Amino acid sequence: MSLLEARGIVKTFGKLTALDDAGLTVEEGEFHGLIGPNGSGKSTLMKCIAGAEAPTAGTIRFAGRDIGRAAPAERARAGLSIKFQITSVLPALTVYDNVLLALQAHSPLWSLILSRTRRAWDVRVMQTLEQFRLADRAADQAAALSHGQQQWLEIAMALASEPRLLLLDEPTGGMSLQERRITGELLLPIKQRCSLIIVEHDLDFIRDICDRLTVLDQGKVIECGTIEQIQASEKVQGAYLTRV
Amino acid sequence: MLPALEILALVVFALLPLGINDYLTVFFTRVLILVLLSIGFDLIWGFAGIMSFGQAVLFGSAGYAAALLARDLGVTSALLVLPAAIGMGLLLALLIGAFLLLGRNSTGLVFVALGTLTASYTAERLARGWYYLGGQNGIPSIPSLTLGSYEIDEGPVFYYLALGILVVVYVLCRLLVRSQFGLALAGLREQETRVAFLGYRVPHLKLIVFACSGAISGLAGGLYCFHEGFVWPSMLGVVLSTQVVLYALFGGVGTLIGAALGVVVIEMLGFWLSESYQKIWPIILGMLLLLVIMFRPTGLIGLFVSERERIGQFGRPAKRRRDAVARHVAP
Repeated sequence: MSLLEARGIVKTFGKLTALDDAGLTVEEGEFHGLIGPNGSGKSTLMKCIAGAEAPTAGTIRFAGRDIGRAAPAERARAGLSIKFQITSVLPALTVYDNVLLALQAHSPLWSLILSRTRRAWDVRVMQTLEQFRLADRAADQAAALSHGQQQWLEIAMALASEPRLLLLDEPTGGMSLQERRITGELLLPIKQRCSLIIVEHDLDFIRDICDRLTVLDQGKVIECGTIEQIQASEKVQGAYLTRV
Repeated sequence: MLPALEILALVVFALLPLGINDYLTVFFTRVLILVLLSIGFDLIWGFAGIMSFGQAVLFGSAGYAAALLARDLGVTSALLVLPAAIGMGLLLALLIGAFLLLGRNSTGLVFVALGTLTASYTAERLARGWYYLGGQNGIPSIPSLTLGSYEIDEGPVFYYLALGILVVVYVLCRLLVRSQFGLALAGLREQETRVAFLGYRVPHLKLIVFACSGAISGLAGGLYCFHEGFVWPSMLGVVLSTQVVLYALFGGVGTLIGAALGVVVIEMLGFWLSESYQKIWPIILGMLLLLVIMFRPTGLIGLFVSERERIGQFGRPAKRRRDAVARHVAP
């Protein structure tokens, strides 16, 4: 059984059809890339999986459970975590508190009221920050971080609750070459911990870390396979690669 | 700066009755009760981003419940009527909150604001038209609050009772907003959608904090009823609900002490201006409120407390944190 099975996803906004019978499957431990030209529906598909958008039609099963109608919080608690395209760290809070906020998200409310886990989470917060090269910025407000560092912080937050599947929507958007390289280095070790769906325009970046790719064009899946299969696909070359 | 302000306020209010007459003591007791109400509002708006124009419903309903207990059942013991007032505020907040805040997706700020405003308006109309509740006149001649055989009449004893309750509630609220739950509320206020995607059940968080606010407002309503000796429909209405919002905005939200400062300054200005400039004082007060809200959105408290301090830190102090990192990376 696949970890994630999204089938027949249709999403319309008025007369515009953003997704037309799209879908993808992700196995445990797999790094799956989602590519396609601008406006092909990649982010919409991610949002449908995470619960930010309700699909017009189609089914989404995660770990054997139908999550198509579940609220975003329930999907997160089931083990699905997302980092959106637009960075959304909490700028007024410290870097440390951003990670603590993510770590304690699944704790019972009474334990939060009594602050029973604050001390216990401390080591985890610092380990997470060190892993993402942010430990020395722990006490700074998140707003003071550079764009790249904010992206790393948000990935750290998305990973904090130990999800089974992480969704990353353009994690290297707006980053320098150096920051992209570091992001790749930061992402590789998480393969031991969870599966990944990543939307990315940088094909070199995606080639380095992904096991399989799904290619979307005009809301439809035009190809799915390994990097080599995608590179050899005439459909992809015709519909996508020739346009970029 | 915040703890210093809190201690200063405590010292001033603890010593105040020693230097003022009974008339002013009664006035400042009323101020303390309104501070309680304002803190209840700050808890939901300043810390959780829930805008309520219905705090008076929770306040007034608890006041009416306490008045009915005293009038119909002869119950005046503080140990019974005040918990009953808390229970009334809590229950009503849970009912209103369940309707306005629960659901698959989180409800919007305007929906909650209008919903609570409607509740406030409806409750006032209901009280005005209900004979059992005394109609337009409310319920007069409520007997004094008692503690054992001792009657707590308005004056220094009632003042210190109100102050004691206020200090306990303030400390509990302070603990709550600086707890891990408070961090979740801070997240809610900053970016509700992000917090939901982290796995927080946002409607439940909101309902809990709204219920806490209801309990505090109810306690204030119970105290107010016995302090004034009667309850009346305006205690439930839109005017008082709006006044509570103005207290907090004027003083500054998200610090607790700011909401208290707002009540003290507005009520004192109102008290003195209404004596000297009876006809124009509401206009002067309105202008002052407008100026503060337009030119100092953080309220009066923003003069003393920085934004960074207002939000605060929920993790360990920075120094210890750096030490921990140094230890961790050391070979």
